[in-house]
Amino acid sequence: MTDAVNVPSAKPSWLKRNKLAVAPWIFLIPALIFFAIYVVFPIFESLWLSLYEWNGLYDVDGNSTAVWVGFDNYVKLWDDPNFWVSLRNNIAWLILYMLAVPLGLFIALFLNQTVTGMRFYKSMFFFPFVISQVVVGLIFGWFYNPDFGVVGTIWKAIFCEETVNIVGNVAFSCSRPAPDILSSPEWATYGIIAAGLWPQIAYCMILYLTGLNNVAADQIEAARLDGAKGWKMLWYVVVPQLKPATFIAVVVTVIGALRSFDMIAIMTQGGPFGSTNVLSHYMYEVAISEYGERYGYGSSVATVLFGIMLFFISYFLWRMYQDERGGR
Amino acid sequence: MFLNVKTAVAAIALTAMAGSAFARDLVINFDDLNPGPKKGFEDAVELFKSENPDINVIVNINDREAHKTAIRNFLTADAPDVTSWYPGNRMAPFVDAGLFQPIDDVWEENGFVEDLAAIKPTMSRDGKIWGVPYSYYQWGIYYRKDIFDLLELEEPQTWDELLAACGKMKENGVTPFTIGTKFLWTAAGVFDYLNLRTNGYDVHNALTAGEIKYTDDRIRATFANWETLISECGFVENHASMSWQDAIAPFANGDAAMYVMGNFSVDGYKNAGLTEDQIDFMPFPTIDASIPGAEEAPADAFFIPANAKNVEDAKKFLAFVARPDVQTEWNKTIGQLPINSKAGISDDKFIQEGFALLNGAAGLAQFYDRDAPAAMAKAGMEGFQEFMLDPSKVDAILERLDTVQEEVYK
Repeated sequence: MTDAVNVPSAKPSWLKRNKLAVAPWIFLIPALIFFAIYVVFPIFESLWLSLYEWNGLYDVDGNSTAVWVGFDNYVKLWDDPNFWVSLRNNIAWLILYMLAVPLGLFIALFLNQTVTGMRFYKSMFFFPFVISQVVVGLIFGWFYNPDFGVVGTIWKAIFCEETVNIVGNVAFSCSRPAPDILSSPEWATYGIIAAGLWPQIAYCMILYLTGLNNVAADQIEAARLDGAKGWKMLWYVVVPQLKPATFIAVVVTVIGALRSFDMIAIMTQGGPFGSTNVLSHYMYEVAISEYGERYGYGSSVATVLFGIMLFFISYFLWRMYQDERGGR
Repeated sequence: MFLNVKTAVAAIALTAMAGSAFARDLVINFDDLNPGPKKGFEDAVELFKSENPDINVIVNINDREAHKTAIRNFLTADAPDVTSWYPGNRMAPFVDAGLFQPIDDVWEENGFVEDLAAIKPTMSRDGKIWGVPYSYYQWGIYYRKDIFDLLELEEPQTWDELLAACGKMKENGVTPFTIGTKFLWTAAGVFDYLNLRTNGYDVHNALTAGEIKYTDDRIRATFANWETLISECGFVENHASMSWQDAIAPFANGDAAMYVMGNFSVDGYKNAGLTEDQIDFMPFPTIDASIPGAEEAPADAFFIPANAKNVEDAKKFLAFVARPDVQTEWNKTIGQLPINSKAGISDDKFIQEGFALLNGAAGLAQFYDRDAPAAMAKAGMEGFQEFMLDPSKVDAILERLDTVQEEVYK
């Protein structure tokens, strides 16, 4: 005690000396705590839970009723046709969702002009990304409806005749039945992907529009002097400069494809008979939905999905790390 | 310090005891916010309060779907004294986890063993009775009376009559059945009836209890009849993308004439513009005359959680809800059927027919998705929907259901 009083301002406190090293951590702590509670801990909990069989109930004393089954859930998964259908659909989503990247680029190129009212057109193209996925799903569900949707109305105009039914109401008799996209096990998934592409294209478009602002005008000029135009100009001069935008567009599209849940839940609920399920929706179905209540099994589905995501995310992080080291 | 805590605890305990002597809390969780059911419940609670002024009744009413999720937590964490839930297999997970209390004494003391006899097997598990039902409703075929009259058709009593009637409807451009299988359970209604009529109540129970395989010859016979129903009668197209409410549209428009449904759907027909004269009800026709007619009649019931604090008054309330006069009033309000055989019914024609039908039934099934465990029900109903879209896949579907069955009931 006395020493401290006798030696004033001999040394600045530890905190002061390490201010620069400590400050970022102080700012990070709140985020880190929440990230740990809501993301990191649940990941490990669901990995752990996937080794149990559990219907989600606790007994009277609050003890979990889970039973340890080891890797049984994964063995079951291997033999579960619904799992493979979901996985196949996930792959279809991943591949077809990639169309959003080139389509977004072309719309961005198209909109990257100076015309009166261009801001309005741009915002119209961006609109689907702003509205909720649930709304997009509903709109497309109605759009595909064979009775009152756009598809059904056009079909009726071409293939159907108006007749009067037995009680005197208007009915239609069609030379061939209208396509019911969302009830068809073969086509329903593609119908939903098409709906999902609509907002995703808008997202990629906006990424490319900002990217196009940064394309160096002098390089375009130089290329033009050297006689480059059209596709060659696009491919060799513009696209390479858009590499950062392309990278982000691919990342968000891959993650968007793997996260696809809302549209499926709204448009088909995984049906008809599970043929439009993807892993995220199948996990919900077996674990949380009314007919699920198999939390261990659901966790094993979630673990597989997590593994797939981890693969992509690690790759992206590695790429980013490489780029940063390379100085870009 | 230690002494102080002790006295404080004692004081709290004393006040708690004294408090409970004056006004005892009875917490009831109910699961229907729709105007009719909510009013039926609230009226009953008011009557209960006036009969038991010393009980302080606290009511929590939740939405049906939210209740299904919430009950999984509140039974352990913060149990009410009484909660609504479903009998049959839906109560099984909670009974097995020890979260409900057996209430055999309530049944014996109040004579429910006789008055509620028909529903007793459904309310029982492991040889004990777990709840008290307050209401149920019939299933069957709702049909367009005016279309039947135009085609000079009578209510078909037998399978052959049904198929003949279908033939006549198709000749006249009417699709016999409407259905919407997007949410799957409607297809289970058709399956249940075909199975109850082809094989009877015991086979229904054995199947949903996992005692018979789906590839069993008896179940195959059910599917063969279903295939006949699809080819000779037929359902509306696009049923896989319609909900049960969407499927009312072709029925209301006169494009389809029959609907295998529960009595809750009558409101839907009326809202779609049909009048009481245009619609009527008939039991599902007999397929095999030697098999006694069993019906679908899903019941709603009340249970006492194992963690209930006021068990004594909870039992009082359970005895109250099954009383004939209470069930009469309650079910008049909600447009359903009382389960107590001494209760009276309203003069609505669907209720009258349903009451007669269920009272004469040889057995009451709770519905496929309540009798079978959840995982089996999901796979089964997906199979039914797939079959309805393509009956030729029957072998693959039944074999898959066998695999699921082995997994679920092991």
